[in-house]
Amino acid sequence: MHYSSLFRIAVAAVAGLLFGAGMVISEMVDPNKVTAFLNVTGAWDPSLAFVMGGALLVFTPIYHGVIKKRQTAINGEPLQLSHKTKVDAPLILGASIFGIGWGLAGFCPGPAVSSLSSVNPVIIVFIVFMLLGMQLANQYLVGRVCSLFTTKRGH
Amino acid sequence: MTFSIPWHALLGGMLLGLSAAILMLFSGKVAGISSIVNGLIQPKKGDTAWRAAFIIAMILSAIFIAPFDINLPSLRPDSYLLIALAGLLVGVGTRLGNGCTSGHGIVGMGRFSVRSIVATVVFIISAIVVVYFRQLFGAI
Repeated sequence: MHYSSLFRIAVAAVAGLLFGAGMVISEMVDPNKVTAFLNVTGAWDPSLAFVMGGALLVFTPIYHGVIKKRQTAINGEPLQLSHKTKVDAPLILGASIFGIGWGLAGFCPGPAVSSLSSVNPVIIVFIVFMLLGMQLANQYLVGRVCSLFTTKRGH
Repeated sequence: MTFSIPWHALLGGMLLGLSAAILMLFSGKVAGISSIVNGLIQPKKGDTAWRAAFIIAMILSAIFIAPFDINLPSLRPDSYLLIALAGLLVGVGTRLGNGCTSGHGIVGMGRFSVRSIVATVVFIISAIVVVYFRQLFGAI
């Protein structure tokens, strides 16, 4: 195995550990807490706003102050960022559908994956159907955007 | 009624931000969980090992911090049909919309990406509406 891929794996492992810890410590992993945050007309619990707030407080200055200026990562690879700028129908539709699922059970992908070590059947069922949903959407997207890709990119 | 800052939420959130910054600064990747997972079910050569490492570390994290008396919540077995439907919608939605709470809500918002800001506002409003109806029908 190349040194470069080992480096990438090590970075991902450190980031993954921090991400999982952040999810558990912040209580994003508790669907009741998530529901209470979304329940703005009832017994609203604003605390999860501090999760996103805290994340942005750390990420935003590092991105704009360091990462954006470099344009390449420390391992020499380009930043894998989306260069799409247009707000299109799939984005709005997808975000709406995701929101419905999030509101129904109080789980989004990060907290669900971070909870897998509990081997709780609720988490297992959620993840299995989430993977199924992703695969369904991938099939749909392949059928729809394939021709667009070949004509626009030309390689 | 007094309001106190939820320090757990703030500290946990800061760890998420730090994780996203480290992943992008050192290897140029976006810490979007739905996208990282999707790269494992649609594997591309040379682009899966780091994803697997991230996900495995993320899963093990809860075990490592358990000795500090920080534990996963015990979940009451809700309607499995509802959980399955929710999972399916989250899977479809995050793929169509190119991201979830982490990819759009943290990395995209932090980059001031208009698409991510719009997506985040849309999925939060959409979830709020669903929770409103759950409450209306006595499910909460």
